[in-house]
Amino acid sequence: MKKITKPAELEELRKIIIDRRDPDKPSVAVCCGTGCLASGALEVVSSFEKILKEKNIDADLDTRITGCHGFCEQGPLMVIKPGNIFYCKVNQHDVEEIVEKTIMRGEIIERLLYVNPVTGEKIVREDEIPFYKKQYRLIFAYNGKLVPTEIDDYIELGGYSALRKVLEGISPAQVVAEVKASGLRGRGGGGFPTGIKWESCYNATDSPKYLICNADEGDPGCFQDGYLLEGNPHSVIEGMVIGAYAVGSKQGYIYVRNEYPLAIKNFGIAVEQARAYGLLGENIMGSGLSFDIRINKGGGAFVCGESSALIASIEGNVGEPRDKHTHATERGLWNKPTVLNNVKTWANIPIILNNGAEWFSRIGTETSKGTMIFSLTGKVNNTGLVEVPMGISLRDLVIDIGGGVPQGKKIKAVQTGGPSGGCIPEHLLDLPVDYEKLTEAGSMMGSGGMIVLDESSCMVDVAKYFLAFTQDESCGSCFSCREGITRMLEITDHITRGQSSLAELDLLQELAEVVKDASMCGLGQTCGNPVLSTIRYFEDEYRAHILEKKCPAGVCRELISFRIDQELCNGCRACLKKCPEEAIQGEKKESHNILQDLCTKCGICLETCKYDAVIKE
Amino acid sequence: MVNFTLNGLEVSVEKGTTLLEAADFYGIEIPTLCHDKGLSPYGACRLCLVEIGTPGRSRLVSSCTYQAREGLNVRTHSERVIKARKLLIEMYVALCPSSKVIQCLASKYHVTKVRFSPKHEDCILCGLCVRMCDEQMQAKAISFVNRGGRRLVSTPFAKKSEDCRLCGACIYICPACQTRCQGPQEENILCNACLNLEPPCLEKFEDVMCYMDPCVACELNTDKKPNK
Amino acid sequence: MGLRTNPKACYRSYMKVDLTKIDQIINQIIDKYKDDEDVPYISILQDINDEYRYLPEEALYRVSQKMEVSMSHLYSLATFYKCFSLVPKGEHEIQVCMGTACHVRGASRILEKVTRDLQVKPGKTSENGKFSLETVNCVGACAQGPLVVFDGKYVGKLTLNKIEKMLGGNHEKDNKTS
Ligand SMILES: Cc1cc2nc3c(=O)[nH]c(=O)nc-3n(C[C@H](O)[C@H](O)[C@H](O)COP(=O)(O)O)c2cc1C
Ligand code: SF4
Ligand code: SF4
Ligand code: SF4
Ligand code: SF4
Ligand code: SF4
Ligand code: FES
Ligand code: FES
Ligand code: FES
Repeated sequence: MKKITKPAELEELRKIIIDRRDPDKPSVAVCCGTGCLASGALEVVSSFEKILKEKNIDADLDTRITGCHGFCEQGPLMVIKPGNIFYCKVNQHDVEEIVEKTIMRGEIIERLLYVNPVTGEKIVREDEIPFYKKQYRLIFAYNGKLVPTEIDDYIELGGYSALRKVLEGISPAQVVAEVKASGLRGRGGGGFPTGIKWESCYNATDSPKYLICNADEGDPGCFQDGYLLEGNPHSVIEGMVIGAYAVGSKQGYIYVRNEYPLAIKNFGIAVEQARAYGLLGENIMGSGLSFDIRINKGGGAFVCGESSALIASIEGNVGEPRDKHTHATERGLWNKPTVLNNVKTWANIPIILNNGAEWFSRIGTETSKGTMIFSLTGKVNNTGLVEVPMGISLRDLVIDIGGGVPQGKKIKAVQTGGPSGGCIPEHLLDLPVDYEKLTEAGSMMGSGGMIVLDESSCMVDVAKYFLAFTQDESCGSCFSCREGITRMLEITDHITRGQSSLAELDLLQELAEVVKDASMCGLGQTCGNPVLSTIRYFEDEYRAHILEKKCPAGVCRELISFRIDQELCNGCRACLKKCPEEAIQGEKKESHNILQDLCTKCGICLETCKYDAVIKE
Repeated sequence: MVNFTLNGLEVSVEKGTTLLEAADFYGIEIPTLCHDKGLSPYGACRLCLVEIGTPGRSRLVSSCTYQAREGLNVRTHSERVIKARKLLIEMYVALCPSSKVIQCLASKYHVTKVRFSPKHEDCILCGLCVRMCDEQMQAKAISFVNRGGRRLVSTPFAKKSEDCRLCGACIYICPACQTRCQGPQEENILCNACLNLEPPCLEKFEDVMCYMDPCVACELNTDKKPNK
Repeated sequence: MGLRTNPKACYRSYMKVDLTKIDQIINQIIDKYKDDEDVPYISILQDINDEYRYLPEEALYRVSQKMEVSMSHLYSLATFYKCFSLVPKGEHEIQVCMGTACHVRGASRILEKVTRDLQVKPGKTSENGKFSLETVNCVGACAQGPLVVFDGKYVGKLTLNKIEKMLGGNHEKDNKTS
């Protein structure tokens, strides 16, 4: 590869890449994002390779391994060209048929098409699927279209042109002003205006200056940052190089979560390739700008997503947050001016510079600009990554894009913001996605986790879950957070066991408020939110646990029981054989019984019985 | 010099002075458990909380780590501070009822009930011993181990440390080690033998009226304080 | 710094263990980072952990000696971060995802089942050294939840009965080999 020595050469390179490629060549793009890998995408790819070799047509077809397409629920999935045919839930045994019919003869295999669950209609093209229709894909526009390990793919699609534009004659101050004018706010949770952060670092007189990309993504049930890195790493690199130019930094760091091996690998490859083209490293595009990125693997600690803890961790210390009385933009990493931004924040930068701040600020609401990516998970039909303009209502997001709740159950709440956020009840689903509106409702934007809860989710259990999480994941240095969470967990545990009182519920609320007030870092200051928001909207559920000793959702073990319906049971013995506690009794072909003393309420019998005779109460 | 307001008083201190030091200088007592003048501030016990900012847009910070800033409005005994402080002390008593230091704080701040089950731990993880060993003794024999709810202070691998100088400084500084005084009653979770008077003014105002220690329960200057 | 203790005088007991192999590896790792202006202790420990699949006490001691850093600091790091293990890992590693998405789809029952079937507690290795069980908070494949990672391979959309099959297969293999 030849290094690019002046910005204009990028266009020449792009032209060469485009000319070299045949747009009409058949190709199959198989999603190999982590989600699809988990459902068997790798097996699909290898049987593709095998069959194409066997048939000796491997030269006529491009097998492209792409990042996540977003619709992970339907994985493994692929898009076949020509025709943009979208197949989902493919497994390795389908491959031979796909090659023979679709690729060689252009026939469509109906069985593999996506079926609209509402209308029953089969859909051929990816963009016609309702899941994608209400989305607005800016940052994820190329995820799934390009091969993340090929820098040429990114350049072909217009990559690095924002950097070229900047280096060709926009001054650093102008870049900062542009980012500021765009109204972009941090996508890592807090929503701090990115332009203001950059400006303060730009103005800092100390040097060297550092950039950090926060890819620690500790929120459990959240994967958009990882998928962006594994699916389109160059967009983040380009954003960081532009940032380096703007604030005057030579060294950047990315702190990636250790649980994301693919993201670490793909980002590493991307960094190498960018260096080889002279888009990273010394004298970028011959402009005199030098900037490089080092990859730090996270240590597996949620609190290290917090900026000062992350900095401590890069410096080789335990990830204990420090009191932030001076901003990182003045004294951050190694006590030098530092800009720390989330993965998605960085990926927004090239888009803003390509299209202009004015264009960008037209997307979204008054205070929240641009798009937001959510990991839509939990009790929802279309699990996956969705990118929507700010301001869209939660209802549109969950019902129209997410396809509602499976098995016809009723939606109860939407949890956003992870352990720092709260639950927004069904009756508030018309709220728009907007930093301020979500905070007012007792939750927060967070970094993009969105978990749908249905009537079979217990809200006390949800609060307890997050407390158990933060108890484990807080650094434990401040008393209010460490001991406060432990005590809140103790109380929620009492509640879920039916051993609590209304006085204890008041204490729980008081604790949650004080812990929020008294703790040092963002983790402690927000860990009360899951408790407070569930008490605020679902107090009746708490009361049912406390007063009636009932878990309305049937989740809390101590408050439920299993029994066998004597009418429905035909004595097939299936449950009796499976019960680990030998708690089921009964003669063959006669109805069975559960011995309540022995039953540990594991639920295996319920899952085993084919005749719906086991009843949970 | 930095000028700011401390409990309504115009004060000025040298740049770099923490709020705790400033309050100390002006004779206002703020309780602490993890602070020592010879050691670096750590901000772990959260007892030294003070409220900064104008009412309505204020927040709590630990005064031992927060440096005074020009124009800051600091309140050391506001209702919000006292509420948080009392609940923290309540949790401290439940965690470590055998500590005299903690029992004294409970009496002083009028903590008369403990709603948590007692744990009888012998460490509150204030980190004084760790800093003492590192900063003063330069031995680095002990450190924090684990994180979150499982955190503790230990030597590496919980083995007898050969870095330790057996100087005993860690024991000397530990607030949890001093056993409580034997009160007149039989030992229960709260001693309260020298119970102080809670400032009654907090019932009416969102700040205390004077910073007398102990409180003499006066109600002077009532027109100057923000009503509830 | 004035009163640095001489690490050689401490932890003498470790010297009884043969450290040549550990030394080689540590030297390699330290070499790899020697150009860095800062000392990335965490990266070094991560590499050692990757090599041995845990952090041997001797290795920590060697790092402390070579890099002039206190044992207590390394021990803090090793116990703070979840990516390190201070005990050897079993032959197979099973991670049960306890992330929110998996939790609402019943991860705790899955964990309970695995715990019972393998007779091993989370964070521990079974007595025969075959299985190490860990919990993780989201591995980023939430669409497939509830899920476990079995020796690096994701097994998703689990049900209690499906997990039996998954482990069942391995139990058999287990019996044959032992
Ligand atoms: C406990 C805690 C965990 C956090 N985790 C993350 C994270 O995983 N990813 C992230 O980008 N920001 C995280 N943040 C927010 C960061 O502290 C920081 O605000 C953010 O990365 C700044 O980038 P932004 O301005 O682009 O949002 C976390 C904050 C707290 C308090
Ligand atoms: S609030 Fe919690 S996580 Fe944050 S510094 Fe305090 S103990 Fe650590
Ligand atoms: S719930 Fe579990 S323990 Fe109870 S009867 Fe059913 S299978 Fe047995
Ligand atoms: S599996 Fe169902 S039908 Fe069969 S014995 Fe059990 S309860 Fe009866
Ligand atoms: S006795 Fe040992 S552990 Fe305690 S301060 Fe002295 S050197 Fe440190
Ligand atoms: S042992 Fe004593 S000094 Fe050390 S952390 Fe615990 S309470 Fe503090
Ligand atoms: S990982 Fe394949 S669609 Fe998301
Ligand atoms: S003295 Fe300030 S937090 Fe302990
Ligand atoms: S919550 Fe289990 S993979 Fe994300």
